[in-house]
Amino acid sequence: MTDAHIQSPPVVVVSNLIKQFGRFAALRGVTAEFSSGKLYGILGDNGAGKTTLLRTLAGLNRPTSGQVTILGAQKFHDVCHQVGYMAHPSLLYDEMSGRENLEYFAQLYGLADGSRCVEAIRAVGLDPDLTRPVGQYSQGMRQRMSLARALLNDPKLLLLDEPFSNVDIHSATDMVLLLSHTRDAGKTIFVVTHQAALLEGAADEFVWMQDGLIIGRTRDLKPPEGAN
Amino acid sequence: MPTPTGITRATLRKDLRLEWRSKDAVNSMLFFSLLVVVVFSFSFDPNAEESRRIAGGLIWVAFLFAAVVALNQTWAREIRNQVLDAYRVSPAPANSLFLAKAIGNFIFVSVLEALMTPLFIIFYQLRALGPTWQLLIVAALGTWALVVNGTFFATMSLRTRSREIMLPLLLFPISIPALLGMVQATTAILIGEGARVWIALLLSYDLVFTTACLVLFETVLNAE
Repeated sequence: MTDAHIQSPPVVVVSNLIKQFGRFAALRGVTAEFSSGKLYGILGDNGAGKTTLLRTLAGLNRPTSGQVTILGAQKFHDVCHQVGYMAHPSLLYDEMSGRENLEYFAQLYGLADGSRCVEAIRAVGLDPDLTRPVGQYSQGMRQRMSLARALLNDPKLLLLDEPFSNVDIHSATDMVLLLSHTRDAGKTIFVVTHQAALLEGAADEFVWMQDGLIIGRTRDLKPPEGAN
Repeated sequence: MPTPTGITRATLRKDLRLEWRSKDAVNSMLFFSLLVVVVFSFSFDPNAEESRRIAGGLIWVAFLFAAVVALNQTWAREIRNQVLDAYRVSPAPANSLFLAKAIGNFIFVSVLEALMTPLFIIFYQLRALGPTWQLLIVAALGTWALVVNGTFFATMSLRTRSREIMLPLLLFPISIPALLGMVQATTAILIGEGARVWIALLLSYDLVFTTACLVLFETVLNAE
């Protein structure tokens, strides 16, 4: 790792972040910094606040209080063209083919060149010439096409919520490999997952969440002290 | 960076393609307004003069209710698989989405009007005594009044549980001035009186509400 890399400013800075839904606090004062060019696995039980944290980073949830700085900007909209987001649902239109979907989303990012769509579909191991509508895809294919959509704009920061759910082990391993290559190309990746074992050896750090707080950060899958 | 007009065009093309494949909105609107025409024709048996006086109200009430069916579908595809989130995280401006949806709805409702108007003419033996071309202006302005507010209020009711009920509850009261303008202008043209005042009212209504919707849409879209 070069000195420049070590001294590079953090990609994501979260400061005393609180997110409440009515009287329920999903995030209860999260404070953390995340460096560039790393793959972070966000782990925790259901309701720990993982998805809320990711959605807040993606600008989909407004913090109740606290600050989020992404790629040096406090307004998500200023850097949204440098962020890729994949949610648990596919974020794809069921009635259109994968390529039609990606061609539409490419236009939202001002990417007129269709070759970028083909490239992204090939990168996740799917056939860009598949004319079947996404609604007829298997769950695994849908997840991979969803990842292709998130990669479409060649983002510096990739936020992935449960990318491996309902994906067979072979495809999931391929996805992890793709994420490792993407990280090696200097991108920062957050992966919220319940299948932490898949990221062992690939993730640079595991971030453990519990009850709306980050309770520890480890380099391996050994839970920090105090984790349930 | 993407241009707002380019994104509006792309989103409109996408919506037209989805509607062409599913025909959800157009089919349900068509059957609904067909039912209204048939039921009304059994309920009333007017002569030509009476027809001219009531047709404006019947036509626009039928189109208003049918448009609600289409407007309720506006966001259905965007909510399924949470595709709307993909739009929200992109650099595309919110107003491009609004305009694409409003123009799409305008096209769907206009198609319905083009198909249903001949049936109204046949069932009610209508013949306008005033300038018929003015009916086209009334139709265009009236339809835009319905869809621009309808698209906006459909967005507002996105996160409510009973949005099918919520949309008419929000839309109908605010559409009363426009509905009055449409009905009065149509009746005036059919009976051979001047409709300029009502057309001016519709035009003003469209300008005011289009501007208000464009100003407020981003806030409504990102509301939690």
